[in-house]
Amino acid sequence: MSERKVILAVQNITKSFGGRKVLDGISVEIYQGEIFVIMGGSGCGKSTLLRHMIGSIKPDSGRVLFDGKDLSKLSEAEEEKMKRRFGMSFQSSALLDYMNVEENVSLPLSEHTSLDPKVISIIVKMKLGLVGLQGFDHLMPSMLSGGMRKRVGLARAIAMDPEVVFYDEPTAGLDPVVCAVVDKLIVDLSKKLLLTSVVVTHNMESVFRIADRVAMLHKGKVLEIGTPEQIKNSKNPIVQQFIKGEIEGPINVIEE
Amino acid sequence: MEKIISYFESVGRTVKNWIIIFVEFSQLVAQTIYWIFWGPSRSKPVKSKSVFEQMVFMGAKSIIIVFFVTFFTGVVLAMQSAYQLEKMGAVMYVASLVSISVCRELGPVLTALVLAGRIGAAITAEIGSMNVNEQLEALDAMAINPIRFLIVPKFLALFFMLPCLTVIGDISGIFGGYLIGVYNLKINSGLFIQTAFKFLTLKDIYTGLTKAFIFAMIISMVGSYQGLKTSGGAVGVGQATTISVVTSFILIILADCIMTGIFYFSNL
Repeated sequence: MSERKVILAVQNITKSFGGRKVLDGISVEIYQGEIFVIMGGSGCGKSTLLRHMIGSIKPDSGRVLFDGKDLSKLSEAEEEKMKRRFGMSFQSSALLDYMNVEENVSLPLSEHTSLDPKVISIIVKMKLGLVGLQGFDHLMPSMLSGGMRKRVGLARAIAMDPEVVFYDEPTAGLDPVVCAVVDKLIVDLSKKLLLTSVVVTHNMESVFRIADRVAMLHKGKVLEIGTPEQIKNSKNPIVQQFIKGEIEGPINVIEE
Repeated sequence: MEKIISYFESVGRTVKNWIIIFVEFSQLVAQTIYWIFWGPSRSKPVKSKSVFEQMVFMGAKSIIIVFFVTFFTGVVLAMQSAYQLEKMGAVMYVASLVSISVCRELGPVLTALVLAGRIGAAITAEIGSMNVNEQLEALDAMAINPIRFLIVPKFLALFFMLPCLTVIGDISGIFGGYLIGVYNLKINSGLFIQTAFKFLTLKDIYTGLTKAFIFAMIISMVGSYQGLKTSGGAVGVGQATTISVVTSFILIILADCIMTGIFYFSNL
């Protein structure tokens, strides 16, 4: 593992909102080509950490390095260039309502490249094929099910052939079968396209199905990092309570 | 003593909030201007298709409502002015009174108020719901600037369509006055038209159109700003839309007062 290249490094970042510390000295390193899962309870700072990784939030202290470059020190043009190396799949899919599936997926291509519309159309069909949605090009997002919307969001995230894809709660609100489909898709895409994937989730089945490595966040801190096996066998009572979903234990939701 | 301190604290907070709003709003205006004039050298220019689509939505689809509002205002204006002018035996001047009032004042202001209600609300609701549904964040994550992609086409479309609608509003207002003048006050049709345009100067037209350009900027910028500041789900979108329309109304009337003052005192 030590020989692998670190593509994204979060170094001791802190972030507060309205006096409440959401991230409290977080450090993680993400290796090229791995599926890295960030798990933790609601409000533990997972999504905030993800937004730091894509550069949409700047930390109060600490830094985020992508390919060795500090995200907060990039010029606007550099930041734009760097963002094209990312893909992001949102919890709500975040498809533009007034555009159909094809227009949504082709958006980054038509905005950032000078490709012929016919070429873009072929690329869009390929990407939709990768997520199993061939023939759905002309449907509007409102006509799609939750799982299909997620997959369209995923097709859009990989439209520009990014190096890293971020997934914010990719299986939230989906039934178990669709969850498994989306999980398989994440693994398949990572392997086929040699992607680095960073997944934020609190779905434990997903975690153990897809992760190469897992980080458990609790109260804005990294509690533990390791392989799914190491996390499963963790001696930490907080990790164990979270994995097993037990009411009794150190995590007291009602008091919190 | 504590009450006095808390009073000053709340005054300070309010002033600070207003300063923040002013700075953010100015930044939005500056960025919009940047993306119109300098943006194309850095990134892809705004798509003409998006601007055209917005022009159809904002312009063509507003013609009927603008026509009705200004037409009936012209009708009312003619009747009300005839009521006074009859006493002085100067009914004939209803024509010029209607044409000048409509072109200088009522045409631009009423058209702008109608558009603030119809388009300003739509801009805020659209951008606001995109904001609460992570769609603006998605654009940002795709390195697509939301101001260039969403706001500039709306700004340009309204900037060009509001003056056009104002001209339509002017014509329909005068037409409303014409119907009353000719069919109710029995003014000769030719004489009405002649009187209406005899006293109407080019200045009356261009001051009205200048106002329309300014009102267009107010409506699109206030609508966009409120949309970008929306938070709190569906309730937040509703509140932002209301604030957007009310703010546009107030700023339109205020800007109208200032511009009328400038045109009046500077003899422009």
